[in-house]
Amino acid sequence: MIPAPFDYKRASSAAEAIALVGEYGEDAKFLAGGHSLLPLMKLRLAQPAVLVDIARITDLSYIRDAGDHIAIGALTRHMDVEKSPIVLQHVPLLANAASHVGDPQVRHRGTIGGSIAHADSASDLPATTLALGATYVVQGPNGVREIPANEFYVGFLESALAPDEMLTEIRVPKMNGATWGFQKFNRRAQDWAIVGVAAWKRGNESGVALVNMGSVPVLASSVSQAIASGASIAEAAELAASEAEPQSDLNASAEYRVHLAKVLVRRALESTNA
Amino acid sequence: MGGSILGNRVLRKEDPKFLTTGGKYVDDLLDEPLLQNAAHVTYARSSVAHGRILSIDTSDAASMPGIIAVFTGADLGLEPKPSAFNPMATRTLLAMDKVRYVGEPLAIIVSETREQGEDASEAIIVDYDILESLIDVEQAMASTTLIYDACGSNVVFDTTALGVPENTGDNYFAGCEVVVKGRYINQRVAPCPLEVRGAAAAWGPDGRLTQWLSTQHAQGAPEPIAAANGVDVAQVHVKTPDVGGGFGAKIGTYPEDLLLGVVAKRVGRPVRWRETRSESMVGLGHGRAQLQYITIGGSRDGKVTHYQLHAFQDSGAWVDMGTILAPFMTRPMSSGVYAILNIECRTTSVVTNTTPTVAYRGAGRPEATAAIERAMDMFAAEIGKDAAEVRRLNLIPKFMEPHTTAIGGTYDVGNYEESLNRALEASDYAGWRKKQAERRANNASKQLGIGVSVYVEITGGVGTGESAKVEVIEDGSARIYTGTSPHGQGHDTSWSMLASEQTGIPMDKIELIWGDTDLVPVGTGTMGSRSLQQGGNAVYSVAGTLAEKAKSVAARLLEANEADIVLDKDKGIFHVAGTPAVSKTWADLAIAEKATGGLVHSDVIGVAGPTFPFGAHVGIVEVDIETGKVTHIAHYACDDAGTVLNPMLLEGQIHGGVAQGAAQALLEEVRYDDDGNPITSNLADYAFISAAEMPSVTVIHMETPTPNNLIGAKGIGESGTIGSTPALQSAVIDAVSHLGVRHIDMPTTAERVWSAIQQAC
Amino acid sequence: MKVTITVNGKTHESEVEPRTLLVQYVRDTLGLTGTNIGCDTSSCGACSLHVNGESVKSCTMLAAQADGCEVTTIEGLAKDGVMHPMQTAFMENHGLQCGYCTPGMVMASISLLKENPNPTEEEVRIGLEGNLCRCTGYHNIVKSVLAAAQAK
Repeated sequence: MIPAPFDYKRASSAAEAIALVGEYGEDAKFLAGGHSLLPLMKLRLAQPAVLVDIARITDLSYIRDAGDHIAIGALTRHMDVEKSPIVLQHVPLLANAASHVGDPQVRHRGTIGGSIAHADSASDLPATTLALGATYVVQGPNGVREIPANEFYVGFLESALAPDEMLTEIRVPKMNGATWGFQKFNRRAQDWAIVGVAAWKRGNESGVALVNMGSVPVLASSVSQAIASGASIAEAAELAASEAEPQSDLNASAEYRVHLAKVLVRRALESTNA
Repeated sequence: MGGSILGNRVLRKEDPKFLTTGGKYVDDLLDEPLLQNAAHVTYARSSVAHGRILSIDTSDAASMPGIIAVFTGADLGLEPKPSAFNPMATRTLLAMDKVRYVGEPLAIIVSETREQGEDASEAIIVDYDILESLIDVEQAMASTTLIYDACGSNVVFDTTALGVPENTGDNYFAGCEVVVKGRYINQRVAPCPLEVRGAAAAWGPDGRLTQWLSTQHAQGAPEPIAAANGVDVAQVHVKTPDVGGGFGAKIGTYPEDLLLGVVAKRVGRPVRWRETRSESMVGLGHGRAQLQYITIGGSRDGKVTHYQLHAFQDSGAWVDMGTILAPFMTRPMSSGVYAILNIECRTTSVVTNTTPTVAYRGAGRPEATAAIERAMDMFAAEIGKDAAEVRRLNLIPKFMEPHTTAIGGTYDVGNYEESLNRALEASDYAGWRKKQAERRANNASKQLGIGVSVYVEITGGVGTGESAKVEVIEDGSARIYTGTSPHGQGHDTSWSMLASEQTGIPMDKIELIWGDTDLVPVGTGTMGSRSLQQGGNAVYSVAGTLAEKAKSVAARLLEANEADIVLDKDKGIFHVAGTPAVSKTWADLAIAEKATGGLVHSDVIGVAGPTFPFGAHVGIVEVDIETGKVTHIAHYACDDAGTVLNPMLLEGQIHGGVAQGAAQALLEEVRYDDDGNPITSNLADYAFISAAEMPSVTVIHMETPTPNNLIGAKGIGESGTIGSTPALQSAVIDAVSHLGVRHIDMPTTAERVWSAIQQAC
Repeated sequence: MKVTITVNGKTHESEVEPRTLLVQYVRDTLGLTGTNIGCDTSSCGACSLHVNGESVKSCTMLAAQADGCEVTTIEGLAKDGVMHPMQTAFMENHGLQCGYCTPGMVMASISLLKENPNPTEEEVRIGLEGNLCRCTGYHNIVKSVLAAAQAK
């Protein structure tokens, strides 16, 4: 299988990429690692007329300690996030989630920015960065703006990015010793999560987000509120699906997903990883 | 004297090629002279499950770049042809009046590049009058909508038509203390050879059609290809490149194969075709797909006396091989390894609007085994006894002479209790039961499940023998021509071992030729675990005869009595007994015989009958009680395949079989939505098992040779699949049986297990 | 469009369509048919090869994306007729049957050991999650990779 024909442009800077996409309008798409987009194009579920390859913008591949947060260039590959000593030390939940994306070959090519910009609620990293309270830095023709993760995901495969805007950096607050758990429940190791949970806890503070529990990644605010008000983890976990609107599909009914979310949230919060 | 090579762990001769350049599969024939300038063929397929075709508009597609031609069935003047298994069911090779499943081919695009063909297939517009989609056998039997009007029913084959009486019903069990009923779904699965279907066709200057085919049985192909092309069968030459797996689904030819010569002739160019995986998931035949109603009865002390099975076989949308597996493979094996005195089995095959079913690893025997093994578990649960012990109580005692069961299956040799003992001992069954009891007592969130199966199957049921030719050429090397068709089984190595054993010619000087109908016109191919016991047996026999023949040539050259000639197999030389200094080599003899037709022997060697491998499996799973998630943590397989030629290859067959069996028990299922749209039509949606879902497998050896062939070998290709599926389904249910769960259908997905627990609690 | 790709040590300049996948490029343009195609969805890994020393699925990468890269396919592993230790391990442990998944499996396994030279059985199984095999039941593939790790 092969994608429908398209034009290919390669950008060497973010500005050039944004200009190119601006030139071609809605028919153009950014191509980073291609591991979200190319599979859709091969099945002809996506048929962009122009691909703007941004993977060579090497100055967008980095991981930096920026004081209270870790700054990750959008074109940093999953494998680099997974193995980064900085990420492992300060945001181990993210490193662990990155290690569960796809399979090793996918992680050699796929990028954190591509995964987040694709805004698939079934992906591991959108929910994980949401749980961690990340901020996404995006660049457009009119400059740079920051979008908090909890305002980014607006619909099925739909984000707050304008078509000519490009995600350039992910800022993830340091976890500062929080305990954390990442639960990916799937049929086979390589599969998408049927339900996934990324969660951290530090005293009464916590962040919990759900994978594949609706059309967008879901921040389980009720769980965090319950914990803040002194509820036990088990009690709080019962609220796991309060914000979710899960679908039934090939792999699970909505009812089962709700049940899984509760179990997995409890397990993730009970986890003693730190 | 060196010892025999037979029975040794000999590494595969074919491996260096696969490991360094990769195999040469049908899509890799770039250098083939007859295929230069080949055009590409793409099939446009039905997007609806059941409908009358009102129109097919190919005009847009035909005008796209690189399109050489587009043909519909009408363009090709196709005529309906009857099914071999029910002549009232007829179809054309491209759907013309009606489509019967999503994926059915209905037009052919010939293009310069494969990509252009794929682009054009999107532009073919078909108008349908949609008919009711029949996705399930019971729905299809109840409906007045007919898939083949001329059949008058959606039932296309029933054992009652063979004179087998109908099952007598519940009164059959009137005298039983204990009676248990069950309705089991042996779900539809996809064979998924890693290489999808592909073929190429070229008309030569001599007017003959050469067709390359990814197949398990080249010799079966010329007849249907000739018929489709309207030529004499002698005009068809089929060649088999390397084949990337088959598992039964590549035994027969498909419409897509048969039409290549037709379009090659129309466009005046050779053509190549390779489907995509998405096409393969709906176009390559599916397996299993049986709905089973069982009743089992016996005494409270554990003796089973009565068993009744009604199997409804889903044929899919064509009356293909899948139709006849239930009556001819499931039914005779329905008694399994048990001495059940009263047994009835009716099978009913039903067409539905789904991909046609064909043979898939085990082909009818896994279904028989799953039914009786599940029934045994239910019976044991009902009387509150250990399932392994109830099995033991009912096993057919050891027999070394043919044994006929109440249903009429005649088995060659069997020692079932020994295989059960070995499996229980090697797995430390008692130890696992102890661990299970501890976890239950602790109310652990992860519970252990232990499943046992004991099985017998039939192998070499296809064919009554096989052809073999062995020739020695002037450099002293040998060529073997075999009617079997390796696609992973390692015949190159195995047949070389057998020929080397007989001739003393080293294995690396033996070449294997197969799958070319000009060079090997007679052959039954590789299917039904027949290859070693029939094909290998023939090579062994023919090579032995050739060695005897060679002695007479050596006697002539050495001017000695034939009776005095010995073959020194260590050196590969012939001499008069006692005087090894004066000798003749195989090369000498081949040179001497060149003028008179060469040093060659060819024959078709028959066998005394099929063989009945048996064994016992113990599967261990861990079940997460909160989520229902099943993890396969250990597996023990005792498979008795008779005399073992190469234990390394034997183990490889068992490992692969276990994985496919585990996949059916735990993960894989082909599914459709209510409108008949496939929802598992790629390898992201279909849960093809991976390394991460498998444990390593403990193989327990046991050899009970069969008297039915010279080698003593029975088949091993399918045993692992047949034994593992029921053991694992049983293990999953066992893990939650203390919660009141008695049955969970396959695949035992997390949600199914969870739901079963919810319902039981 | 024009791409310059070094495959198995040899640099090729080729004209390709933008939509040409890397696997099509090595198979159709260069005639290196050892790399196989087993699916449409980046699931099976039969097309795995190395780009700049790391395993990738060449069905999910454009030839254009490999412009300027070093690619190694199964044909490039053996040196002077001597098989790579991973190839030897697969042969000695019967890690292949029909051979179709084998090139991808070997390439993925080499990459796996490069990143984790002494894996446990569990790590090998998880590390090969993206490579499907229908013949071997994975038992001997896992054994081969563990043997190759030991051999180093």
